[in-house]
Amino acid sequence: MRASNVTAVYAADSGQDVPAVDNVTLEVPEGQIVGLAGESGCGKTTLGNALALIANPPLYTIAGSMEIDGQVIDMTTLSRESNNLHRPYRGATVSLLPQGAMNAISPTLRIRDLVHDVMAAHDKNVTKAEAMDRASDRLKMLSMPTRVLDQYAHQLSGGMKQRMVTVISTLLDPKLLIADEPTSALDVSSQKQLIEMLLQMIEMRIMRGVIFITHDLPVLSMVTDRLAIMYAGKIVENGRTEDLVHTARHPYTAALLNAVLDPTEETRHKHVLGIPGSPPSLANPPSGCRFHPRCPFAMSECVTKEPAFLDEGNHQVACWWAEKNPGVRVPLEVTTV
Amino acid sequence: MTATSSQNEAVASDGSVPVLSAVNVVKEFKVAGGHITAVDNVSVDFHAGKVLAVVGESGSGKSTLARMLLRLMPVTSGTIKYLGKDVTNIKGSELRAYWRDVQAVFQDPFSSFNQFFTVGQTLRRRMSAKQGDESLDELIERCLSYVGLKSRDAVNKFPHQLSGGQRQRVMIARALMMNPKVLLADEATSMLDASLRVSALNVLQDLRDRLGLTVLFITHDIGQACYLADEVVVMENGLVVERGLTDDVIFNPQNAYTKRLLADVPDLKGSLKSRNN
Repeated sequence: MRASNVTAVYAADSGQDVPAVDNVTLEVPEGQIVGLAGESGCGKTTLGNALALIANPPLYTIAGSMEIDGQVIDMTTLSRESNNLHRPYRGATVSLLPQGAMNAISPTLRIRDLVHDVMAAHDKNVTKAEAMDRASDRLKMLSMPTRVLDQYAHQLSGGMKQRMVTVISTLLDPKLLIADEPTSALDVSSQKQLIEMLLQMIEMRIMRGVIFITHDLPVLSMVTDRLAIMYAGKIVENGRTEDLVHTARHPYTAALLNAVLDPTEETRHKHVLGIPGSPPSLANPPSGCRFHPRCPFAMSECVTKEPAFLDEGNHQVACWWAEKNPGVRVPLEVTTV
Repeated sequence: MTATSSQNEAVASDGSVPVLSAVNVVKEFKVAGGHITAVDNVSVDFHAGKVLAVVGESGSGKSTLARMLLRLMPVTSGTIKYLGKDVTNIKGSELRAYWRDVQAVFQDPFSSFNQFFTVGQTLRRRMSAKQGDESLDELIERCLSYVGLKSRDAVNKFPHQLSGGQRQRVMIARALMMNPKVLLADEATSMLDASLRVSALNVLQDLRDRLGLTVLFITHDIGQACYLADEVVVMENGLVVERGLTDDVIFNPQNAYTKRLLADVPDLKGSLKSRNN
């Protein structure tokens, strides 16, 4: 899957369009899980919605196309017909697992009714028995208990609810699953179970690629093959997870990694300062590199010129400092106490 | 269960009198067909000028314990002591004095604000009477500076104009205006982004070092406890299963539950390795 030059804007009351996703290109190689990380408000959820083709006013996708399995989809949602155009792809080609989806299970319906509702939305003729069969087959494949289908939401734990909505959102075998903060509301043990299930699903080729959106870098390091770091509506660094974690090339990535608090000896004795300042307003982003007001390595060109994407083999980075220091890990110092 | 034998032992061995302590505290909730013991015979001591973290998964009883310590919820049995005095059943002005000394910051900073008041109005409402010679504005300025905010930038802002991290810092400043002895932070940093979380934790660390504040830090995130806490208490199903100095509990856990909890935490570089092998 490859989405190119995606721009999505929120139409504000003032008449000004606020670009929450600005000319983003993202690739998901076959059978891989790609992580999308960044601070709150950086546009990761908006990008997820645009990629899932569910941009609803006031959000408009004004540019971008998606190539998926040889098929090219125009992602723009400016014309009236776009909704009808996009409908057949939703759920079947790209499926979105929205943030907090597990709280959206109706408290008065059994899980199997939800399964039927989801399937019937795509194929009116599907019977309850067929939907049930498909869901129980899928649960057996993933070695999960099928009795869950006969239960109500309140009878399930948070972790089980989240695993169920993940299974339901992939019942139609979408080519791409976009999972938005699927692990954020779960405790560490349930997180681990969900991650193991996702890895199992991709191995079974239930879906062919996953975009995993979260700000939780340790979770991403566990589940993803590649990582894309987003800042103020743009992707600033993109590469193999291992390379990013060990050799961050963008100061923002390095700062995010620095702020991770693992229960390790290193955490016990380090003093992290956090990133000074706060994320910029997307309505009026800083000139040049959008990270320059908060960047300890900012130079004069960072203020005036926007950095181009530097291609270092399997690793792309948009940063002037990185361009001057090829192959060097961002030397962000951590004070030890 | 392993902890019951050491219920009355203080965590620190330096012999200092605990500022706040819970002694054999039990909380039972009545439910259809019986009762649930949310906090089961827990004893904890909070020593002056230390950060004590209570960690555990959802439903382990850590927030219930916090509510009882704050006297927001009655205990089923047991005693809560503040500076050696029994405060389990105090009422009226005594209770209000206790509430001044023991302040709390909760998880969601947005819901703690009145949306129609600016930061300045929110903070001013805390004080009907002046404290000493310091004017209210000076006090606000001093407390905001503890949490790294500039009074002139912050007081005229409404809550929605602040970032999550700033809101949480204003909440800490609000608590500090009462000149508390104990600050109880119940998942206060859980809703923040990693980089903001670190700054908020630094604020708590700084308050401990500069003001000698006793901090009770409740979290499900062992990483945060590891960064901040001097001592750690691990709770599971209402019971304290392990307690001790942070280094001992996190790097040399004895209890099976603590070990499992630590094994499930995704670790940035460690998990990366385990997947490639």
